[in-house]
Amino acid sequence: MTTPISPPPRKDPQKRTRVPVVPPDARSRAALGLSVAAARGRFMLQVCKECSAIQYPPRDACSSCLSVGLDWQVVSSRGRLVAETVVRTSTHVYFRERAPWRVGTVQLDCGPSMICHVHGDCVPQGNVHIINRLDKSGHGVLFAVPEKEMPAMEDDPQLRELTCSPKFRRILITDARSESGLALAKAFSGADAAIVFAGEAESWRHWPERENLQRLDNVELVPLDVSDTQSVEELCGEIGGKVDILVNNARFVRPGGVIDGGDLIFAQQEIEVNCLGLMRLAQAFGPVMRGRGADGVNSATAWVNILSVYAYCNLPQFGAYSASSAAAHSLSQCLRSELRVGGVRVMNVYASATEDEWHQPLPPPKVSATKLASAVIEGLREGLEDIYVGDVAKDLIDRWTAGPKLLELEMTRQGGS
Amino acid sequence: MTAINCQDQTALASLVSAMANGEVTTVDLTHTLDPDFPVIILPPEFGQCARFRMEEISAYDHRGPAWKWHNFSCCEHTGTHFDAPIHWISGRDLSNNSVDEIPVERFIGPACIIDCSEGAAQDDDFELTPEVIGAWEADHGRIPPNCWVLMRTDWSKRSGAAYLNMRDDGPHSPGPSPAGIRLLVEQRDIRGFGVETVGTDAGQGQHYTPPFPAHYTLHGNNKYGLQCLNNLDLLPPVGSVVIATPLKIKKGTGSPLRVLALVPRTHTG
Repeated sequence: MTTPISPPPRKDPQKRTRVPVVPPDARSRAALGLSVAAARGRFMLQVCKECSAIQYPPRDACSSCLSVGLDWQVVSSRGRLVAETVVRTSTHVYFRERAPWRVGTVQLDCGPSMICHVHGDCVPQGNVHIINRLDKSGHGVLFAVPEKEMPAMEDDPQLRELTCSPKFRRILITDARSESGLALAKAFSGADAAIVFAGEAESWRHWPERENLQRLDNVELVPLDVSDTQSVEELCGEIGGKVDILVNNARFVRPGGVIDGGDLIFAQQEIEVNCLGLMRLAQAFGPVMRGRGADGVNSATAWVNILSVYAYCNLPQFGAYSASSAAAHSLSQCLRSELRVGGVRVMNVYASATEDEWHQPLPPPKVSATKLASAVIEGLREGLEDIYVGDVAKDLIDRWTAGPKLLELEMTRQGGS
Repeated sequence: MTAINCQDQTALASLVSAMANGEVTTVDLTHTLDPDFPVIILPPEFGQCARFRMEEISAYDHRGPAWKWHNFSCCEHTGTHFDAPIHWISGRDLSNNSVDEIPVERFIGPACIIDCSEGAAQDDDFELTPEVIGAWEADHGRIPPNCWVLMRTDWSKRSGAAYLNMRDDGPHSPGPSPAGIRLLVEQRDIRGFGVETVGTDAGQGQHYTPPFPAHYTLHGNNKYGLQCLNNLDLLPPVGSVVIATPLKIKKGTGSPLRVLALVPRTHTG
């Protein structure tokens, strides 16, 4: 049985904050396939195109027939824990600081056996599932969990190293006024967050959901405008040291393409909020979060960007907005690299058209704020890095994966879809 | 030799000496350019007035070891600002209608301050009507031609959401009625009209005929607007001089500016 975690006590101000160290980073290009799959929480292994043999560990040629045609595929994650032990010390600082550490060998039903990390509730010789999750270095690692759901399973200390649970953590939602602000605040409040700070821009301008937001438990409005450097710096000065999960949902969106947009006014605001807003937040909150990546139960753990899936391929009706999302998407990759050294994950949440006034004339299906918010919570609990919310976004990323140019032709010739 | 020869420039010399000895004081009618200062809000499908923003270029550091400076950005109509005739459709074809072309002597002139603060305290939609103007003139004399008329409402003392006072049907703030602004422009031939609120028109000004009568009438007659003024309560009803010099922006429709009033001491106590 996992011991449920408790709300952490206040920090002893005389103790130095533990400097984050991360697990080993070296991987072969073939092995990075596991990390790619882990970013979306998938258990995938290489399967030989010639002889169908399932491979583990990842390699460049089939272990049965030497074919180099190896495809990453989702395979059955069922298996049996055939051996297990506990590592009590290690030459690597990351594991040394976290010992004891349970590891074992799992015989997969689909063929290979693998050495993996083992959840405390797994019984020797018992049935397990293997999950593939990103570690603090951002690499896919394999973790055996019990076949059946167990109480407080998510609180297992080894599993918590792979996830970004909001439980007892302090959240900053950067734009309370945006369509997703209230839903996100509700979702985090309901997910045992210790406190939810909700950034309010331009308090001199009234907005309808303000009262509803203030009524929520553990939610506090704070002044924040991501388009104003001074505002971002001031808030970071106040609460920067206690933001464990930052959710950047600030967004400026207007319809319009390049020629048909007519001017640069809205495009400038889109860049200002969607792209430079991310940079302002990162320059203020990034360093302090990166320094708190190993700060106990409520360590800094995740940076969440709510982005448009049209970051991958331009939707001409929202041409300039798509471009600003693409810029933000690119920045998020840079941010990922910069936060990774502190063990802080960047989770990108890509949505297609959302239920709001700007997408009102577009046909359904559209993504509701509630759906977006639950996807964020689920993604954090699962420890994901890339999430695509809604059928349209999922379809679009599949088509992009299959062929970006093909998708571009489809998107730009048929008026987008 | 002194900087100003008292014999040759009597008027200017006496002004300088009055300012030096405190007989004439200088009052700042300007709000600080602050990122969080309200601007006018239009329906979101329209382009909006840019808020004041500042980015640090360096601060005596590796980006510039001995100096600190910023880039700033804003709209022509952000903060305490000047409206030129070209700002409104009624003034678009007039000569010298942009801030760079307005003759500089038009920026400095005597001011009449009509105190509407009591009325505005009781009614957010208080109107400056011909009757209110008539009552003021009964006390202080007829408004002379070519002067600034400033409508004091004490709105500058409001902050936060109370400043725009936005409701579901739009903002509610005081301003001139169509007849009131026509009287000032057509019969008193004022230089310009200044207010403490975010626009020269009342919050509900779009529902008048014509819509936005202050903008329409002022700018259609080559008169100027001053908005988001501060400290009007420190000015006497008559006797002060307002200096309002916008930035010289090519074809600019307005500009943030520092508005100053020169006030005789007898009036400021």
